Amino acid sequence: MSDIILIFVKAFVFGGLICVIAQLLINFTKITSGKILVYFMLSGVLLESVGLYQYFVDFAGAGATVPICGFGYLLAKGAKEGAKKGLFDAITGGITSASMGITAAIVFGCLFAFIFSVRSKKN
Amino acid sequence: MTGKNKENYNENYINYVKSISVKTNEKRTLFRAFWVGGLICVIGQSLRLLLEKVFFITGDELAGYVSMILIFIGSFLTGLGVYDRIGKYAGGGSIVPITGFANSVVSPAMEFKSEGFIYGLAAKMFTIAGPIIVFGVASSVVVGLVYYFIYWVF
Repeated sequence: MSDIILIFVKAFVFGGLICVIAQLLINFTKITSGKILVYFMLSGVLLESVGLYQYFVDFAGAGATVPICGFGYLLAKGAKEGAKKGLFDAITGGITSASMGITAAIVFGCLFAFIFSVRSKKN
Repeated sequence: MTGKNKENYNENYINYVKSISVKTNEKRTLFRAFWVGGLICVIGQSLRLLLEKVFFITGDELAGYVSMILIFIGSFLTGLGVYDRIGKYAGGGSIVPITGFANSVVSPAMEFKSEGFIYGLAAKMFTIAGPIIVFGVASSVVVGLVYYFIYWVF
C-alpha cells in the first residue's frame, strides 16, 4: 500500500516540478505558451534520444509521461525501437508510437469543436 | 521609429503600464502551477494503475490509452469552458500536461468554427498543436535515422 502512495507522490512532485519550470519561463521570459509546448516536447525528444528520459519515466511514471515532454519521449522511443528493425521502421517508428495522442487530439478536437460553441465570456 | 529603437521609444509608456497594472504574485503562480500540474499527473497515474490492474493493459498501449483518456477529458472541459478557468488559475500547470495540448487543439477549433468547417475548424485546429506535431515528427525521423546508421552501418 505504501508503495502505491509513493508512486502517486513521485508523480505529483515530478509532474508539478515540470509545470513550475514552465511557469518560471512564463513569469521571467517573454516565451509564449505555444513555444513552451514546442520546447518542452523537443526537450523530451532530446533527453530520450540519449536515453535519459526513460529513467524519469521509470522513476515518476505518469509524472513524466503526462507532461508534453512525455509526448516527445514517445516519439523518440518509437524511432529508436524502429531503428532496430530497419530503415522503414526507423522513419515511421516515432509517429507510430505517438499516433494515439495525435489521433485522439484530432478526433476529440473535431467532435467537441462540433458540439460546443464559444460562449460569451463572463468574467 | 519602429525597428531597433522601439524599446527606448516606448520606455515611458512601458513604465506607465507597469505602474498601473496588477502585480502578479510570482510565488503564488508557481505554487498554483505546481499543485494543478501535479494533480493532473496524479489523475494520469491513477488511470495507469486502473488500466493496468483491471484491464491488464501494459507497455506502449497503456501510455496510449492514458493519453487518449486525458485528451478526452481536456477537450471535453475545454468545450464546456471549464479548462479556460483552470488555465487562468494555474498558468503553466494547465499548459504543460497533455490536457493542455488538447485544449490548444479544441479552443481555436471552437473559436473559428464560424469561418466554416474546412478553413475555420479544421485549419485553425492546428495553430498551436501544428508546430508540436511538425517538430515532433521531424525530430523523431532524425533520431530514427541516426540510430539506424548507428545500428546498421557501424
